[in-house]
Amino acid sequence: MESLAERKAEILDEFMMFDDWMQKYEHIIELGKELPLIEEQFKTEDHLIKGCQSRVWLHASEGDQGKVHFTADSDAIITKGLIALMIRYLGDLPAKDVASAEMDFIQEIGLQDHLSPTRSNGLVSMVKQMKLYGMALAAKQL
Amino acid sequence: MRENTMEISAFDVRAVRAQFPILQRKVNGQNLVYLDNAATVQKPQMVIDALTHYYSHYNANIHRGVHSLAQEATQAYEEARIKIQEHICAAHSHEIIFTMGTTDAINLVMQTWGRSQLSFGDTVLISALEHHSNLVPWHLLKEEKGINIEIIPIHPDGSLDMEAYADLLKKNVKLVCVNHVSNALGSINPIKEMVHMAHEVGAICMIDGAQALPHSKVDVQDLDADFYAFSGHKVYGPTGIGVLYGKEKLLNEMPPWRGGGEMIAAVEYQSSTYNTLPHKFEAGTPNIAGGIALGSAIDFVRSIGVEHIEEHEAQLLESLTQKTAHIDGLKIYGTAEKKAGVFSFLVDGTHPYDVGTLLDQMGVAVRTGHHCAEPLMNHFGIPGTIRASFGCYNTNEEVDVFVHSLERALKMLR
Ligand SMILES: Cc1ncc(COP(=O)(O)O)c(C=O)c1O
Repeated sequence: MESLAERKAEILDEFMMFDDWMQKYEHIIELGKELPLIEEQFKTEDHLIKGCQSRVWLHASEGDQGKVHFTADSDAIITKGLIALMIRYLGDLPAKDVASAEMDFIQEIGLQDHLSPTRSNGLVSMVKQMKLYGMALAAKQL
Repeated sequence: MRENTMEISAFDVRAVRAQFPILQRKVNGQNLVYLDNAATVQKPQMVIDALTHYYSHYNANIHRGVHSLAQEATQAYEEARIKIQEHICAAHSHEIIFTMGTTDAINLVMQTWGRSQLSFGDTVLISALEHHSNLVPWHLLKEEKGINIEIIPIHPDGSLDMEAYADLLKKNVKLVCVNHVSNALGSINPIKEMVHMAHEVGAICMIDGAQALPHSKVDVQDLDADFYAFSGHKVYGPTGIGVLYGKEKLLNEMPPWRGGGEMIAAVEYQSSTYNTLPHKFEAGTPNIAGGIALGSAIDFVRSIGVEHIEEHEAQLLESLTQKTAHIDGLKIYGTAEKKAGVFSFLVDGTHPYDVGTLLDQMGVAVRTGHHCAEPLMNHFGIPGTIRASFGCYNTNEEVDVFVHSLERALKMLR
């Protein structure tokens, strides 16, 4: 299985290829379109993370070998693309790795603005929730 | 007629732009195209200078010192009050109460007039177009006193339903709260007529003029408005300063709200007597620099001529409306016949957040979201809109950049 460091290197490589903002955002939009959708039954109020700019639904469950499995969706495609990146980075990892993961790759690919609390797109809270879930599951697995 | 056109051609947008240093900057490597003027407008050099000049030359506390600086500061602050009085055609300068902004002004009315004059079962009519700041204070009073809130509905084009308004006025109405211009849709409301109708049933009118003052001529006496609120930062002045205009008689009847220095006539340990208008409502050291700079902002607007600003923005809106007409699936929210320079819209198959994010990459600043008018967005069944709004310094070239950038964004998203 890939480590977090490998996942990060892969994402950085991918974003290195882009010369301008348009290519970068086109890629994010593409990722958003490819994101496997959250099952309709989980697209409910309790799975909703409210931002005033865009909404995010997140569902977390315990997958194979005690790993954390995430599915998510958003009404905005750029938010969705960023969610896809987060899930690619944090998804299907051991719970304790999710809990302790550093999210600095977002900074390195120049998308940190989207993860600022002032942006209010639901992403900051989503990452927090993902990690909280990892923490809770890790505690249960002890 | 001829003279009139001569005058309008004297409006030179290049010369206006040159007064705004921020318009030189780049955003994401692109020239800034600032179209978020309904949120706040940029500041001309003379307003920035007024702030620095005050702090560099005559900073002092006002109304209480005998020394020269205090007198200069007091004089400048009170001159600003008179400029504002003249600009909005108030009968007296003491009817101009300095506040922190529109929100603060409305809260003042709620806390003093509202709490002293309204009681259980009294009706407050609020238009469906209101900004949260003209809605939430009345919710607070509803919780406290059990007042009754009724909403004046709108037509699909975003204009107020005046027949429904006439009907609602039959319901023991004490207060009507309405904005002069809607920040979310741009509709210009028939304030004069609404005030007249309210007065006929003995109600008073609180006008939120935050979006009107920057773009059109306001004459509070002609409107016969009882209260009229606006924010300095939307009329080329600094943040943290605004105005509540109130009719002298009403203001005199109202109890003070905040207590402290400046607002008192005499204080003993157990009680105090209060100062006269306007000081009764201005407790503590006010935003002196802000008040003075707001005076300069009014000078700026008058130097251009508010009728020129209105005409210029109307032309930009017209041009933008035409130039986006061909865009498939673009729906404008707010198509009232009388409309200020606000272009609120959605495009099928796209989310406002995505469009706003991509426009920002191209240096174009617009607003996306609910514009602090959630109930209105719910009424339309939408989460929010994308809003481009004009100021006096926007140009036709910027309209073209906006349209072109929007087309590029949509191509990426759809
Ligand atoms: C119509 C309207 N009313 C009130 C406000 C609130 O103004 P402020 O935040 O300056 O108090 C705004 C500003 O967004 C507005 O557009």
